[in-house]
Amino acid sequence: MLEITPLHYSMLSAGLFMIGVIGVLVRRNIIIIFMSIELILNAVNINLIAYSSQVENLIGQVFVVFVIAVAAAEAAVGLGIIIAFYRNKETINIDEMSLMRW
Amino acid sequence: MLEAVVFYTLATFILGLGILVITARTPVHSVLFLVLNFLLVAVLYVTLGAQFVAVIQVLVYAGGIVVLYLFVVMLVSLKRAPEEHGDNRRLNVLGALLGGAVLAELIAIIFASRRNNTVVNSTSDMPASLSDPMLNTEQLGWVLYTEYLIPFELASMLLLVAMIGAIVLAKKNI
Repeated sequence: MLEITPLHYSMLSAGLFMIGVIGVLVRRNIIIIFMSIELILNAVNINLIAYSSQVENLIGQVFVVFVIAVAAAEAAVGLGIIIAFYRNKETINIDEMSLMRW
Repeated sequence: MLEAVVFYTLATFILGLGILVITARTPVHSVLFLVLNFLLVAVLYVTLGAQFVAVIQVLVYAGGIVVLYLFVVMLVSLKRAPEEHGDNRRLNVLGALLGGAVLAELIAIIFASRRNNTVVNSTSDMPASLSDPMLNTEQLGWVLYTEYLIPFELASMLLLVAMIGAIVLAKKNI
């Protein structure tokens, strides 16, 4: 209990991942859903850093840098899409975003 | 013992702030809880000996991406609650306090990287001259620019493409 192993970090990561998934599923505001996706990516990063520190290998940290780069790209493009959609439809509620639903 | 206390405190706050992010009523509050969450995750990275990633987390996530989110929240939500038009002086003091907190965190990261720079040792196939204990940033830069050079360049291409895509999406008539 008092000794912190990578298992503890994995459990924290799993909890944060779960919170992010719940946010994606429950909320209807698309900006909050994007923030939940950032929480999920952070959970993955915690896991990678914990095990990188455990096995004393830097590859995990290299991957975290790549994950952060991809998250930045995702945020830029996704928020651009939100702005474009809002300009056309005047809504950010995903229940009303049924343009491509069959 | 100290490690356990630090870990459980950070874990409690990270999870609690995560819950607050997805339950907050107004999107602005949600974004601010997200900033705090990212800063605490950066502290967690420092305790794990990944100082460079912690600095990147503070600068890119808490500094860049979250400000982007704030801009979109301000641009999108039209109806603002009347109680948001508060006095500006109190907000200025709060902003100064938070800026000081970020500065303190960066300084703490610098001192932590000086003190425990032997937490993460070298990778397996590092040259002998670089295998002695040195800073985390130097090691990470070495790995990024030798072994992972092509993925690194591809990541920069991805960022360029995303930038062009965001500019195109933000045009008037799309």
